[in-house]
Amino acid sequence: MIRVQREDFDVGVEMAKLTQGNGKIGGVCCFVGLVRDYLGHDGTGAAVRAMTLEHYPGMTEQKLAAIEAEARRRWPLEDSLVIHRYGRLGPGERIVLVATASAHREAAFEACHFLIDWLKTKAPFWKLEETPDGGQWVDARDTDDQAAARWDLPGRQ
Amino acid sequence: MKILYFAWLRAKIGAGEEDLAPPAEVATVAALVEWLKRRSDGHAAAFADMSIVRVAVNQDYVPLDHPVKLGDEVAFFPPVTGG
Repeated sequence: MIRVQREDFDVGVEMAKLTQGNGKIGGVCCFVGLVRDYLGHDGTGAAVRAMTLEHYPGMTEQKLAAIEAEARRRWPLEDSLVIHRYGRLGPGERIVLVATASAHREAAFEACHFLIDWLKTKAPFWKLEETPDGGQWVDARDTDDQAAARWDLPGRQ
Repeated sequence: MKILYFAWLRAKIGAGEEDLAPPAEVATVAALVEWLKRRSDGHAAAFADMSIVRVAVNQDYVPLDHPVKLGDEVAFFPPVTGG
């Protein structure tokens, strides 16, 4: 299931709903992305007061659904859930939840990793970070492209 | 043709959406970009470096040589940074 929403989510409630009533599920893997309170990647950048996430209504949901469908084709998942928020978020707030449920842990771990890697490079979201010096759009990172590319299949895009 | 701009492209152009009717010779994304660049300094600035602009036609990623026609929804935006 895919949800794109402004509101926060409760990880425990979502996990419980995902597995409820399905006795075939032996494990759930969950990734939660949070807003950092600094710019850059090593903790030495300027302070971030807030982040605004913009998205492309319609295309965002469609791309997330396509990425989820690809995960379901590749791994034997009992269920999966992607929630991605938009709007203005403060440091420490939850941005994204990816959860995968399967009979055995390997499929859940791999599919969860795949979903967040592909989501970051294929779903149309953009981050604007607010710092004491003003707003600044986050640049896409080569390392994210490389992380996504490791899931590419030979002969396919 | 519905043209959408996101993130810093929207900020540079000063609008998130335009409804436009380009002439018939504007038949590809690349031709549309050249046509849009003449609309304002903001458009020219937004499209100055197409290596950092991504394009979707009818909500699917496409290359610059992809065809466009009246009735299409064409979106321009930077490389995505969600997650």
